[in-house]
Amino acid sequence: MASDIETKTDSKEEKPAANIQSPYFKNVRGFFEGVTLGTRFSFRFFREIIRPRYEFNEFLKQSYLIGYRSLPLVAITGFIMGLVLTIQSRPTLAEFGAESWLPAMVAVSIVREMGPVITALIFAGKVGSGIGAEIASMKVTEQVDAMEVSGINPFKYIVVTRILAATIMLPLLVIAADAVSIYGSYIGVNLKGTVSFHLFFLQVFQALSFSDVFPATIKTFFFGFTVGLIGCYYGYNSNTGTEGVGKAANSSVVFGSLAIFIIDMIAVQLTSIFN
Amino acid sequence: MESIVAEVNHIKKSFGTKQVLKDMNLKIEKGENLVVFGKSGSGKSVLIKCLVGLIEPEDGNVILFGKDITGLKESELNLVRKKVGFLFQSAALYDSMTVRENLEFPLRDLKKLPREEIDTLVLDVLKSVGLEEAIDKMPSELSGGMRKRVGLARTLILKPELILYDEPTTGLDPITSKEISHLILDVQKKYNAASIIITHDVECARITSNRMMIIKDGISVAEGTFSELSESKDEWVRSFFK
Ligand SMILES: Nc1ncnc2c1ncn2[C@@H]1O[C@H](COP(=O)(O)OP(=O)(O)OP(=O)(O)O)[C@@H](O)[C@H]1O
Ligand SMILES: [Mg+2]
Repeated sequence: MASDIETKTDSKEEKPAANIQSPYFKNVRGFFEGVTLGTRFSFRFFREIIRPRYEFNEFLKQSYLIGYRSLPLVAITGFIMGLVLTIQSRPTLAEFGAESWLPAMVAVSIVREMGPVITALIFAGKVGSGIGAEIASMKVTEQVDAMEVSGINPFKYIVVTRILAATIMLPLLVIAADAVSIYGSYIGVNLKGTVSFHLFFLQVFQALSFSDVFPATIKTFFFGFTVGLIGCYYGYNSNTGTEGVGKAANSSVVFGSLAIFIIDMIAVQLTSIFN
Repeated sequence: MESIVAEVNHIKKSFGTKQVLKDMNLKIEKGENLVVFGKSGSGKSVLIKCLVGLIEPEDGNVILFGKDITGLKESELNLVRKKVGFLFQSAALYDSMTVRENLEFPLRDLKKLPREEIDTLVLDVLKSVGLEEAIDKMPSELSGGMRKRVGLARTLILKPELILYDEPTTGLDPITSKEISHLILDVQKKYNAASIIITHDVECARITSNRMMIIKDGISVAEGTFSELSESKDEWVRSFFK
């Protein structure tokens, strides 16, 4: 059995197009081929986005599906994140007698790091995989071909709209998640002892500065763009066949999540240089 | 030669090391139904995808309505494609749209068309495949045969001059298959379009074909009318008709 699988992948290596579809790059050559094709794919996105025609209605529809439909999930996880972070931090701060710093500390860690990264990861899991699977299945069922035959540019209609929607909706989702999360933290603070709503938010807003909020918001655009791009890339280049759909969804999540951490690391370095 | 609608000259196409089309030639005239037979995997779908430029052949050329489409700019290619209807093997209905939206989709470039006119076009074409009641359904709510018919309606809405049918009856029961075959015949009469019909279905070929072609290993091995080929001396050719 095992050798069967081996020969199968070997024969696929003849064609680069099939090689990039393996969820984990098998070798160095495959990796660089993947990077090259991925870069070309993103260049094509920038080329197509500036040229008419503009698929504005489809963009709005995708924004609704990608953004609004993810709101409940993002809000619930945000709330729990704020609550748990607060409950977990309290004993440590209490040891130093610094319990009054709790709102400030939690707010800063949520806005700077936890909110963007956790929301983006959930976004990659829900939206990235959804995009990958949907486009791959459109490919399998020849819908992409059908579009092209009727004279409509499928890259514009399917890919550009989704990447753009993901880029714009994720920052909005992160803002929502941050807000709910800080509210969760307020509940967490009030589980033991009482802090008035007014005082809590006064402390939160005093703790947050422009240099916390601005870089964190900028990086979420990159998160959104990358998740959209990776999902579309794996969907659009998937193997024709039903197993291609599963692989596309899987690769979208794996590489989307990985990319989020890499971008986050770069963003942290850049922010610390500029500060 | 005015009446030649499409022409394929010596095209070759391989995927990886596998050569799917070796030296394909094909000509089709206005108002003619050409049925193509061939084993599964013999490259029939690849052939008609080359014909509309979905797949680019490595060698040879494709001429549609007197225009060589190899190396044509996208905008020019799209103009030619507007005259071609393609019924995909899987019907290729857009999952996220209703039947009505599916049918309106090819019309979206004709923006000047008033709303009422679009509605009549959609209804007319649905009526001609006998599915008016399905207009507001989603593709997932339709049976296989209904999907094929909606797919056919969508290819007909632009009144194409050349229609490519990729296995229109595969996976359908004999009665529905027959209905679809007669539908293809009706379309030929009504629109005077040329059609290439890919199928394994002998009954469908008998009903619809004016001329037939059999392909094997990437080349065309036999051509003729239905009765000529079904009584061919070649055992292999005859075996398709059993
Ligand atoms: N995009 C592609 N990438 C790689 N190989 C392909 C591609 N499209 C087709 N092929 C290969 O080309 C060969 C011919 O495929 P094609 O779909 O034309 O067969 P077919 O004659 O239509 O068969 P069927 O009757 O089953 O539809 C197959 O072996 C298939 O694996
Ligand atoms: Mg086929």
